[in-house]
Amino acid sequence: MRSDKHDGSVAAKGTGLARNVPTSVSRETSVPIESDLDIVTARQVGRALAERVGFEAGELTLIATAISELARNIVLYAKRGEVVVKVLENGTRRGIEVVSSDEGPGIPNVTHAMQDGYSTSGGLGLGLPGVKRLMDEFEISSVVGHGTVVKVAKWRA
Amino acid sequence: MEVPILKQGDYLIASIQSALSDSDLVQLRDALVEKVGRFRSRGVIVDVTVLDVMDSFSTRILRDLAHMIRLRGARTVIVGVQPEVAFTMVQLGLRLEGIATALDLEEGLAYLDETGEKES
Ligand SMILES: Nc1ncnc2c1ncn2[C@@H]1O[C@H](COP(=O)(O)OP(=O)(O)OP(=O)(O)O)[C@@H](O)[C@H]1O
Ligand SMILES: [Mg+2]
Repeated sequence: MRSDKHDGSVAAKGTGLARNVPTSVSRETSVPIESDLDIVTARQVGRALAERVGFEAGELTLIATAISELARNIVLYAKRGEVVVKVLENGTRRGIEVVSSDEGPGIPNVTHAMQDGYSTSGGLGLGLPGVKRLMDEFEISSVVGHGTVVKVAKWRA
Repeated sequence: MEVPILKQGDYLIASIQSALSDSDLVQLRDALVEKVGRFRSRGVIVDVTVLDVMDSFSTRILRDLAHMIRLRGARTVIVGVQPEVAFTMVQLGLRLEGIATALDLEEGLAYLDETGEKES
């Protein structure tokens, strides 16, 4: 599922910076999502945090795009919710986690929702399956009448 | 953020200046569809150079935009899709099938000039 990494040349640029993330920098940020403007805010916040973790340009775009898809689903289907982005640390590995959650209608059939082209709103139906392809880890749980939580993570190459 | 639309001869050029919200993009689509008739334009260029994200929504709106402009009798070229954005779009499964694209504004104008000559 993972794509091959052909980006060695640019990677060096962010590395020094990432090692010196000042402790004052917030490592977890929550963005309330209620309108299409919040979608833009969420992806900008996520991109900025991922930049501090040391992700390079191509990965920043992947992460920002994934956040955009998740935040838009909140606005579209649940009206409101939140996106939380957070720095991950596992030994020497660093990454970023994005959790989108809402208390909307939930998804009756998650297996269908995860298929390319499945949309109940006339969309392309690529949001959820696309996010799964973009990120390294993907978990979704949804309960009809209670809401939806999508948790995804990307680790630095 | 409203996108400025410039009229240059037979063409309309929309050069996106900053990140756009969904409604900004829908507004741009509607404005171009309207202006192409008002100015009797033959071609439309949408410059997306500054966009760092093109997701399923923006791709769908750009596709709709190009088809609507086509129905209005003009052609659309999307210019400036960044390499990282192209990479992400392909992974996401997004396609701009049937829509003309060019590297930058200059190439986009050249494309419209060429295809315009062939048609007339
Ligand atoms: N947060 C959510 N709450 C309720 N239903 C959701 C939520 N997110 C997704 N869904 C459901 O899952 C379906 C698939 O979502 P997905 O994001 O893949 O496609 P889409 O939003 O329909 O179209 P696209 O994202 O390509 O514009 C949606 O049509 C919707 O029915
Ligand atoms: Mg979606």
